[in-house]
Amino acid sequence: MTTPEAALPKTHYLNADYGWKSWLFTTDHKRIAILYLVSITFMFFLGGAYAVVIRLNLLEPTGSLVSAETYNKLFTAHGVIMIFFFLIPSIPATLGNFLIPLMIGAKDLAFPRLNLLSWYVYIVGAVFTLYALVAGGLDTGWTFYTPYSTVFANTNVIAAGVGIFIAGFSSILTGLNFIVTIHKMRAPGLTWFRLPLFVWAHYATSIIQVLGTPVIAITLLLVTLERAFHFGFFDPNRGGDPVLFQHLFWFYSHPAVYIMILPSMGVISELVTCFSRKRVFGYNFIAMSSLAIAGLGFLVWAHHMFVAGISVYAAMIFSALSFLVAIPSAIKVFNWTATLFRGSVSWQTPMLYAFGFIGLFTIGGLTGLFLATLGIDVHVTDTYFVIAHFHYIMVGGAIMGYLGGLHFWWPKMTGRLYPEWWARVSAVVVFLGFNLTFLPQFILGYLGMPRRYHAYPPEFQVLNVMSSAGASILGVGYLIPMVYLAWSMRYGKVAPANPWPATGLEWQTTSPPPTENFPRTPVVHEEVYDYSAPPKEAALV
Amino acid sequence: MTGFPLFPERASTLATEVDALYLYLVVVSVFFSVGIALTLIVFAIRFRRRSETEWPGEIEGSMTLELTWTIIPFLLTVVMFVWGAQVFFHMNRPPDGAMAVNVVGKRWMWKLQHPTGQREINELHVPVGRPVKLTLTSEDVIHSFFVPAFRIKKDAVPGRYSVAWFEATKPGTYHLFCSEYCGTEHSKMVGRIVVLEPAEYQTWLAGGPAPVSPAAAGEKLFTELNCVTCHRADSGGRGPLLHGLFGKTVQLQGGETVVADEAYIRESILNPAAKITAGYQPIMPTYLGQVSEESLLQLIAYIRSLSAPSGEVAPPPGAAGGPTPSKAAGRDRLNP
Repeated sequence: MTTPEAALPKTHYLNADYGWKSWLFTTDHKRIAILYLVSITFMFFLGGAYAVVIRLNLLEPTGSLVSAETYNKLFTAHGVIMIFFFLIPSIPATLGNFLIPLMIGAKDLAFPRLNLLSWYVYIVGAVFTLYALVAGGLDTGWTFYTPYSTVFANTNVIAAGVGIFIAGFSSILTGLNFIVTIHKMRAPGLTWFRLPLFVWAHYATSIIQVLGTPVIAITLLLVTLERAFHFGFFDPNRGGDPVLFQHLFWFYSHPAVYIMILPSMGVISELVTCFSRKRVFGYNFIAMSSLAIAGLGFLVWAHHMFVAGISVYAAMIFSALSFLVAIPSAIKVFNWTATLFRGSVSWQTPMLYAFGFIGLFTIGGLTGLFLATLGIDVHVTDTYFVIAHFHYIMVGGAIMGYLGGLHFWWPKMTGRLYPEWWARVSAVVVFLGFNLTFLPQFILGYLGMPRRYHAYPPEFQVLNVMSSAGASILGVGYLIPMVYLAWSMRYGKVAPANPWPATGLEWQTTSPPPTENFPRTPVVHEEVYDYSAPPKEAALV
Repeated sequence: MTGFPLFPERASTLATEVDALYLYLVVVSVFFSVGIALTLIVFAIRFRRRSETEWPGEIEGSMTLELTWTIIPFLLTVVMFVWGAQVFFHMNRPPDGAMAVNVVGKRWMWKLQHPTGQREINELHVPVGRPVKLTLTSEDVIHSFFVPAFRIKKDAVPGRYSVAWFEATKPGTYHLFCSEYCGTEHSKMVGRIVVLEPAEYQTWLAGGPAPVSPAAAGEKLFTELNCVTCHRADSGGRGPLLHGLFGKTVQLQGGETVVADEAYIRESILNPAAKITAGYQPIMPTYLGQVSEESLLQLIAYIRSLSAPSGEVAPPPGAAGGPTPSKAAGRDRLNP
């Protein structure tokens, strides 16, 4: 930490070349990561702006701020943007893109141009969808349930669907690139069981992206065909089956939850081990549990449909499988907690986010058990209980991990340190604001308030006001890092190569790294997470 | 009621079952989340970094611990699964002889009809202490019939029938919500369930104009739509005789069989060529687009009433459209 003469390296990936062309035509995975970072940050704040209006409208039972029509467009836009254009790309496309080659000692991903293409594909998809949302809006909910979306909705279903269809290919390309890279480009000596858990998590995520995303693409294509040309896939009046849509949709969209959470779990494994200065407890169990989640995650989709009229026996099988997928998640939580035991635990910002993640993800995971339990799901499905549950997973889990990771690798990405005091304050604000927003929604859901309601019975008001108050705190918690991280890019203290210090090849090169990552290919001799002695000082600089 | 309730009103037999199960999960969840949070906090404080130069050394993983925290949660979830499945089974098995109410969802209202013929919109009057079986469908998009106080919810899906049931235990007025997003006025597709004492319910039934029971209305439709020309009571027609059909197993062309339930009758009216009874020709025209969802339910009620010995067509009130509760027994289910 005390390197008074610290100065940025003379050339690194950020100043290797200048001008807009050097960014828009780059094949450097690190620059592409930055392109993604800028794009998804924009999407995050846009999606957040919709949430602000939603929460303002719900302050009052009659929902008099916006019309019912507008309200339906607001929650649809919030869901579509946050899920397809923020959460799914979030960690893989930014931190994953930036770090996987660095962590495995490679110069770039296996297909650098495909990587750039995936960003362009993402942007084209985003343009289509944003057009749909701005020019008239979309009111189907992010779930596009039929026959509402194919026969009854009067909004831009096709344009939005095409946008998501296109963006899906970006996700597939990223996953494909990661799988090949992790298989073929590991540095000499970097065996599978020396891989950082961040890499394992991304490997599992990539499998889901490659196998699952085509199904949502096909499903949206079918929706478009039925809507535009009146094919009878889902419309019962044309011999279709509306419930078939739900099977197809959730076959992707449930595993998609694991696309969002697995990378975040990978981040947490890195943070917990680094800030405890201990080899992560149960490395093999954490690594394999990622694969188990990816595999089992494909077999639980119909737990979204317990009241949709599927047979009682089918429901039982999906209930049982849903409980099984909870076990590997529990294993991770126990192992992270055990890692702290007899460690040297630092309370720096990334670790605060890791603590927050473990607490919130535990609540999110446990409330998932309520939804897997058939007899309870009937009462709480499609209520605010579900809203609270998946925000605990996706915001309390995925976004906490994303922010923790962003702080942890910020010095590596920018060569600058963020202001620690502000960062700790914002981590605490995010944690408190989040809980105040979503804890009341569990109660609201059990009391029976349905989701997607523009107006509600007056007895639900107190809890809604609490939730809206929490959301305003949460919003501030997200704006603070936006400001100080931007500030630190110019005014932050210059970061050493290995500021924490941490094990892992990415810390063995300069901050920021040169375009080719390492001056010479690293050779790995040590086991992973060897914290028994201080990690080497950036030997490869 | 306290000022800050954590539970909705508990007003059906199922509500008690669901809440007991819910409490089990709450206890397990609180135990684990508080346990993990406390462990985390204790470790984070007890093992906090005291100097930048401390490197505490390795601890290898422990197979015993890994197995412990795999097996114990697994066993706890097995209990959740079995208990949850039991409650769910109960929810999906309406008791024999339940009072049959037809429910049709339409943007943005609930249309309900009593077995005695009374119609209601966005409101349902039921007697306390008597099981009520709901047969649900929709005229347009998917809706969901949700009564928090009864802990029941079931989607009303266009093109098919679904079933839910409840037995109210407490007189009062309870929320009815549509809980599947159905478009602009989704949040206005709300109503109330009014639970009355049996005597009050009889008074309520007696009020208003003399109603026509679904079976009687169905009989009228049966003539108007010319069904009667082929499905003649003297079995001399070109179509199969429908008396005593409901709930029976029908032999189809090609050797397959099907149980004559609501879904089969609905399909046979809308898509007659789909399943042809053995020994008959596929000559029946489709009634797709000519019969409303409510009329379909009435036709089914009529055909169900034909299970009765000849001469007794109109069912007594509340006997699921069948002749007597005991005779309806065993057939009064969508999932035989």
